[in-house]
Amino acid sequence: MAGKTLFEKIWDKHVVTIVDGGPSVLYIDRHFVHEVTSPQAFAGLKDRGIKVRRPEKTVATADHNIPTIEQELPIRDELSRFQVNKLALNCEEFGVPLYGLNHKWNGIVHVIGPELGITRPGMTIVCGDSHTSTHGAFGSIAFGIGTSEVEMVLATQTLLQNKPKTMRINIDGELGNGVVSKDIVLYIISQIGTGGATGYFVEFAGSSIRSLSMEARMTICNMSIEMGARGGMIAPDETTFEYIKGREFAPKGTEWDKAVEEWRQLPSDADAEFDKELQFKASDIEPMITYGTNPGMGIGISSSIPNLEDIEKSTQATFSKSLQYMDFMPGDAMIGKKVDYVFVGSCTNGRIEDLRAFAEFIKGKKKADNITAWIVPGSHQVEAQAEEEGIRQILEEAGFEMRQPGCSACLAMNDDKIPEGNYAVSTSNRNFEGRQGPGARTMLVSPLTAAATAVTGKITDPRDFL
Amino acid sequence: MPIDKFVKLESTCVPVPIENVDTDQIIPARFLKATTREGFGDNLFADWRYDKSGNPKKDFVLNDPTFSGQILVAGQNFGSGSSREHAAWAIVGYGFKAVVSSFFADIFKNNSLNNGLLPVQVSKEFLEVLFQSIEKDPKTKVVIDLENQKITLQPNGPSESFDINPYKKKCMLNGFDDIDYLLNINNEIESWEKAHS
Ligand code: SF4
Repeated sequence: MAGKTLFEKIWDKHVVTIVDGGPSVLYIDRHFVHEVTSPQAFAGLKDRGIKVRRPEKTVATADHNIPTIEQELPIRDELSRFQVNKLALNCEEFGVPLYGLNHKWNGIVHVIGPELGITRPGMTIVCGDSHTSTHGAFGSIAFGIGTSEVEMVLATQTLLQNKPKTMRINIDGELGNGVVSKDIVLYIISQIGTGGATGYFVEFAGSSIRSLSMEARMTICNMSIEMGARGGMIAPDETTFEYIKGREFAPKGTEWDKAVEEWRQLPSDADAEFDKELQFKASDIEPMITYGTNPGMGIGISSSIPNLEDIEKSTQATFSKSLQYMDFMPGDAMIGKKVDYVFVGSCTNGRIEDLRAFAEFIKGKKKADNITAWIVPGSHQVEAQAEEEGIRQILEEAGFEMRQPGCSACLAMNDDKIPEGNYAVSTSNRNFEGRQGPGARTMLVSPLTAAATAVTGKITDPRDFL
Repeated sequence: MPIDKFVKLESTCVPVPIENVDTDQIIPARFLKATTREGFGDNLFADWRYDKSGNPKKDFVLNDPTFSGQILVAGQNFGSGSSREHAAWAIVGYGFKAVVSSFFADIFKNNSLNNGLLPVQVSKEFLEVLFQSIEKDPKTKVVIDLENQKITLQPNGPSESFDINPYKKKCMLNGFDDIDYLLNINNEIESWEKAHS
């Protein structure tokens, strides 16, 4: 019999039972909860008169709706305020730990789980949010769920799931100068499309992946959902253990040694078989940028938008509609295009390493006058560390301001919206029509490309400065 | 939320012959701030249904009294985009009990079944016949028989079989949802927890 994949090892261990002619009942180790997709689930529990089965395996935070300035004040938008308050009431009633607004551990759900040591290898992790795939960077099975499923996990700590197929994507070789993990994942999506991994759980592997920090690995797993995958994961190794060690909720003492021993057994066996395998070379990847309205419409920054003839017949209509929305022409070069906003943040690139990379790049330079920049840490801990490392000061000297943590301009649910028709270079994960505000035009990039663009005021290849 | 039983449905249909209807069109993001499942039906297809000042747009089918019923018939690839369950709530909230299309996005299908809304996937040809018949006579009725997994145009057909996961079928027929099922196997969950603590 062939060996097992990382995914299969974790999945098999968590199957409680299999429904006749149906899905598996999967036990869930960690459930993250936020204000937008949970109120109806808590209401469902109340209707049924039942409790949260394992409040200690559940953690809540408020992130989507919150403002990123003046967080000390009541939230101005009435509906947002109500939703955030509702979360607090529900957590109180059901005994779920909440790191709400102004808590020192508050932040974007996919940033705080890892940084508190709650996210660990071998776990099954869910959240009512598609970017839950982020946590897979630790070698866990992590995926987004709908609100009925949130209710299901709150009530029973289990979930009915059909077992997805497995795919391994290998990226080997050394990354070029100015090329970072965001470019790797945007490159993969540009190659296989937004449906390229539909129905699969993806393991990212290969020497390029192994060389990445945990922050960089999270960026890749975060966007696995944008290639259609149910989730993404990376085998745990010394880098993983080093990151977790000593964090708030990480195992300590002999517990730690025991845990690491178990985690070492997780990586896919050498003879494990995947339903599909793909291979990419790091040397083929340059800094990436999207030009359209889905994350698959990405190109190397030095190349031009494809011509209509180069696009497959069936997607030509979508392609044209997309360019019309962006007000770009087929064949246009991306470099030099005018930009109005630069957004650095989100669960994709709002971690300390991202702020560091941005700050290091702009140090001693100045923000271009035509640019409005929103630099938003992913959590209070990231904010505090940025403070400590002098990043805030570097930003301010260059004319940038660091805001307070939250999802911010990643989606237009809070006050941070890109005005209609404006161009935003963004380190987030979705460039859908209206995602950053009605009529907003988004181009997805890495923090380095965002930095280069912020100082010149137009789309700029970060390698020009390196 | 306990769901309504679904055994057999006979109804007229509301046609939306548009392809790739995504969840943002079914229920725009600005309506996601609610904290209950109620009221989403009022905003189903909001941007197609109302103009900027909130007046019904005459040319959209939901505002056309000619068409009514509990079956929504939609173009290929219905329900793609974000995983928001609010899309299913909006369709159920409006009063639909089944959606017929030639292809559904995965998560939407799941979300529908979790809310007692039956997604019926038919062939492209059958869908075409449906659209034409409804167009010709808006009073045309369709029978969806879940027990026999059959959809039939009244009075004389044609008719086509559709697929559904046997477990989900049982849930729909009995008005159980997944939570009822999981609560019932509490013993097994408990033993799993004991074995893994
Ligand atoms: S930062 Fe964006 S993608 Fe991430 S959880 Fe918040 S809204 Fe979702």
